[in-house]
Amino acid sequence: MKKTGGLLNGMVTRRSVLKGGAAVAGVTAVTGFPTVWAQNLKDVTLMHTGMSYSTLPDIARQATEDLGFKVEMSVVDHPGLLNRLVQDPKSLDIADLEIWQSKVAVPQGALQGIEIAKIKNWGELTPLYTEGTFGGKEASRQGDSPFEYIYREGMDTNGFASGVTEWANFCPGVYNADTLGIRPDLVGREISSWADLISADFKGKTAIQNIPTNGIMDAMMACEAAGLLTYVDKGNPTQDELTATIAKLIELKKDGHFRALWSTFDESVNLMASGEVVIQSMWSPAVTSVKAQGVKCVYQPLKEGYRGWGNGLGMLAHLEGLKRDAAYEYLNWYNSGWVGGFIAKQGYYSSNPASAMAALSENERGFFYEGKAATADITSPTGEKTNSAGEVRDGGSYEERFSKVAVWNNLPDEAEFLYAKWNEFNAA
Amino acid sequence: MTPAPSSRSMLPTYLQVAPLTVVLTFFFIIPVGLVVLVSFFRYQMLVGIVPDFTLKNYVDLLTNPTTWTLYRSTLKFTLIVLAITFVLGFWIAYFLVFHVRNLLTAIGLFLVCTVPFWTSNIIRMISWRPVLGKEGLINTALLNSGAIDRPIEWLLYSDFSVIVAYVHLFTLFMIVPIFNSMARIDKSLLEAAVDAGATRWGVIWNVVLPLSKTGIALGALFVVTLVMGDFFVVTVMSGGLSGSATSGIFNDLQFLNYPRAAANAVILLIIVLLIAASIFRLVDVRKELVR
Repeated sequence: MKKTGGLLNGMVTRRSVLKGGAAVAGVTAVTGFPTVWAQNLKDVTLMHTGMSYSTLPDIARQATEDLGFKVEMSVVDHPGLLNRLVQDPKSLDIADLEIWQSKVAVPQGALQGIEIAKIKNWGELTPLYTEGTFGGKEASRQGDSPFEYIYREGMDTNGFASGVTEWANFCPGVYNADTLGIRPDLVGREISSWADLISADFKGKTAIQNIPTNGIMDAMMACEAAGLLTYVDKGNPTQDELTATIAKLIELKKDGHFRALWSTFDESVNLMASGEVVIQSMWSPAVTSVKAQGVKCVYQPLKEGYRGWGNGLGMLAHLEGLKRDAAYEYLNWYNSGWVGGFIAKQGYYSSNPASAMAALSENERGFFYEGKAATADITSPTGEKTNSAGEVRDGGSYEERFSKVAVWNNLPDEAEFLYAKWNEFNAA
Repeated sequence: MTPAPSSRSMLPTYLQVAPLTVVLTFFFIIPVGLVVLVSFFRYQMLVGIVPDFTLKNYVDLLTNPTTWTLYRSTLKFTLIVLAITFVLGFWIAYFLVFHVRNLLTAIGLFLVCTVPFWTSNIIRMISWRPVLGKEGLINTALLNSGAIDRPIEWLLYSDFSVIVAYVHLFTLFMIVPIFNSMARIDKSLLEAAVDAGATRWGVIWNVVLPLSKTGIALGALFVVTLVMGDFFVVTVMSGGLSGSATSGIFNDLQFLNYPRAAANAVILLIIVLLIAASIFRLVDVRKELVR
């Protein structure tokens, strides 16, 4: 294995991936792949497994075309991914994990260290992941920020390093800053705070996500903004803080405040598009999807800031030899432009903003990343119109958005307590 | 069973029961055995199961008010749905068997009852949303006719919508066995009852109902097990606001708490078996079926 690996690595170095990627601007920014020349490479199949919002068949199709070996996508839900990582790790090769999920996967030894030297574009990746900063300032550390979990000491040390090392637990993937989605035509007033999620004005017209780790964040943001509760660290609430928050949620639920609790992406789209709710927890592609149906929907920036989240691509521990080389190829390709351009249109950001911007048209680049008004219609990845010329993206530019991340999605120390409490909320 | 005279003559008997025994062993006894086994294992946060012998899962569940709330809610849905599907199922079957004179028409109408089953469960359920929603058919019609000035909210994402979906999904399971029982009733019995001076209701009460009880029992068994085992309909139609015993199991699985989910499954299994046993005590289905 070592022999093959060495030979192939030499080849990777000779063909500079970066040069190839950077030289070509425009929609097809990806060249220079594949760089592993093995006769049997075409027989390799990589199974990329992750959640529905980022595990997109279009990405697998393009990767298979560009890389010369097969990439397949398998969609699971949040617990499903953890389940597979722990119980059946051989059934997947690349895990598209949320940062907090690495807190389970890494100590379990499900992943192997990624040698950063083999990720050619590592230096171009966003410092949000690689250095824990954004725009030269330290990014929020409330919750599980990507930087705190990305590094490990060595290939087989299944833990987290406190600073920058040569080895990564995962390669940066897509990420975003979440906020509330609203129906501007139906809310009837200005929405500027997370407190509006629990405001009596919207009784019976709101929904909250029924995913405990995320839902509790939205609830805490709302309770704190409304001045009902205070938290020492929303990224790691105590039992008392959780008890108080859930008590408030149950009170609201019994009072008929929530029209529904949604667990899947499409449920949130239906609730919003049908007018059942006018303000709710939402994910960015869901907003895009509502707009693609011709319904007005805004991903409303709020004064308390955003709830940030990020994904990372982890290499499963069982990968070796040719398959591992292919996995490195794939990770290099993933942040080389095409994916960044594709996911930008559903509202997410690429860990390699420069290459993603190069893969977008000037109009799209201005709209999605630079906070400029669209000069022509903006379309979703599937081609439906989502914004008209003249409109500006909610939340402004990439810099403006990410400088306002208040807290990151996380797996708190009291997670088991949270789950028990959340069940009470569900059953209430 | 009579004692075997010799092992040789028993061989065909063993061979005859072997296929079913193998199937039941692999697909029923072993899985249920595993569930029972895992229910005594220990749970480690987000890692899953650790072999052990502990009663903690059962103690946790039985002392947790959330479990009781969920079972209460499930039992409530079960009873309401049972009552509605029985009334509907009985009268539809009665109509098909005793009022439709032409056998071909009866079979045709019976097939019409199965039309909703030509699409998937999910579609039949989701399609209620545009009917019951705030901007749905019913609300729009009522608003436009001036009967109401604000949309009725309890039509969707409520216990009401859950029951509507259950009744829609499960009534056929009541119709089929009752239809089957009624079709076996000798029509001359009804004529004899009328000749003997029974009223129309008297015939139904004293002749049709007792002779249909096998079908009613089987239908009730279907409906009870379907409703008690459901979490999807209740989650989707209540918009996540109501739960069921099974949704408790589902929630535990979300956090890889297999031991507690298994313990919960065992409890649910015991309750359903008790209900089934009491139904069979009321009606000796085996005797009735070979009648």
